[in-house]
Amino acid sequence: MSAAAQTHFSYRRTGALVLRYWYLLRSSWPRVLELIYWPLVQVLTWGFIQFYVAQHSGYFLRAGATLIGAMLLWEILFRGQLGFSVSFLEEMWARNLSNLMISPLRPAEFIAALMIMSLLRLIIGMVPVTLIAVAFFGFNIYGLGLALPAFFANLILTSWAIGLFVSGLLLRNGLGAESMAWTLTFLLLPLTCVYYPVAVLPHWVQPVSWMLPPTYVFEGLRALLLDHVFRLDLMLGALALNALFFGAAAIGFMALLESARRQGTLLAAGE
Amino acid sequence: MVKESHSAGRIALAKPARRDHMLRTMPPSSPVAPTAAIEVENLVKIFKGATAVDGISFRLARGSMTALLGGNGAGKTTTIAMIMGLTTPTSGKVSVLGARMPAERYRVLHRMNFESPYVEVPMRLTVRQNLVVFAGLYGVEDVHGRIGVLAEQLSLRELLDRPTGRLSAGQKTRVSLAKALLNEPEVLLLDEPTASLDPDTADWVRARLQRYRVERGATVLLASHNMTEVERLCERVIMLKRGRIEDDDAPQRLLSRYGRRTLEEVFLDVARGRGEAREAAQ
Repeated sequence: MSAAAQTHFSYRRTGALVLRYWYLLRSSWPRVLELIYWPLVQVLTWGFIQFYVAQHSGYFLRAGATLIGAMLLWEILFRGQLGFSVSFLEEMWARNLSNLMISPLRPAEFIAALMIMSLLRLIIGMVPVTLIAVAFFGFNIYGLGLALPAFFANLILTSWAIGLFVSGLLLRNGLGAESMAWTLTFLLLPLTCVYYPVAVLPHWVQPVSWMLPPTYVFEGLRALLLDHVFRLDLMLGALALNALFFGAAAIGFMALLESARRQGTLLAAGE
Repeated sequence: MVKESHSAGRIALAKPARRDHMLRTMPPSSPVAPTAAIEVENLVKIFKGATAVDGISFRLARGSMTALLGGNGAGKTTTIAMIMGLTTPTSGKVSVLGARMPAERYRVLHRMNFESPYVEVPMRLTVRQNLVVFAGLYGVEDVHGRIGVLAEQLSLRELLDRPTGRLSAGQKTRVSLAKALLNEPEVLLLDEPTASLDPDTADWVRARLQRYRVERGATVLLASHNMTEVERLCERVIMLKRGRIEDDDAPQRLLSRYGRRTLEEVFLDVARGRGEAREAAQ
């Protein structure tokens, strides 16, 4: 391969890394099962809560439908980030990060491979669960129509931004920062108003909530299900914030990577 | 100033007692290699106040095989990490095949590779899967052809479809070596490549490394504690102690200069400061 070709983004190197994660995933059925397990537990829990609420209240009869929809969208956000971070963690657990860092693999190619794996893991985990939601609880997320790609794109972008930032922390601090991969997104659960409107929050918290892209998605979902209105303004607001968040996460990742180079933690990454 | 074998630069940087000796034993012509594969100049690495590498300089000619010899904490691995662009120097300069590291690393990383028993190849993937992935990362053209050649050369054919994690230490080393040779590197960095191997397997690995270096004309830098390995493989030994170069010469010249029969004895002299004492006495 020519030197010029080696200095540019390479789909082949990205594909090679995706192949590595795919080999890993298919080598272990518990890993595949785990992708479906937690979303299934969640959809069953919230599905039955929705049944109960719908049977006991007039307003909540309508609002109840948002619970399972919000839960599914929350899972896209959380599982998207986890899919990104777990693929990264696999390299640390395997003590393979040094091998990647001394290869011609660019950070952008590494990130692209992690994003592709995040999508693949989401598809494996979420598609069966959304079909169960249709069969058991009569909630068809695909019935959201064109709103669904808008919701999905915004949530996945946020999940990648968080995944990217967490990966930078892992590079810099090693597996001591592993818990961030599992817990950081949960900080968004109360603030992004997954299961209730922003108006429920205290006034001083609401501006914070509106600084987070998923808030726009969950408000958009409620507008669609309760008022039958697709709020394009909310989606564009989320997209603009996501651009900021992703850009900041990418800059943060590169800064943490350079810091790891200075601290010499890349050679011992995984310890 | 860059330190090079048989060069005026090396002599200028040496301690006074040793400098006289070097001048006496210097060969008539001391050409500076026009195309050094690796150039290290006044390299310093400080981790949180602790100096791991303390102003070392050397140049490695293309096609040479050199050992970095030193005890634990001497700075061998840190030096190699800076040469690979994995660690940023605190100060000083590293160039590999003309590219400044780490800033210009993507110009040359596809022409380098590294092997160490401490950096594992993913255990859950089969040997073949690992080699396919790394071949993709290094841009190897004929992936399966190259894997076939390496499998033959390194006796991996029977192991290709077995999970890497289920192999013995010796077999894993052969897999790591196959990964390191996939892209036919011009610069090969090795960190204790035969550590934890039985003597027979270690000897086998050394023979393969020697053959690769001769056939490819590759530049090899080897960090090791193993004196037999260094004596057998390397034409030059850079001895490190507490991040500094204590000595730098051909193995035979070191032996005669220190009046020792083995490099291990020379190593102990350097590690315990006897070399300086002897020079001072002279």
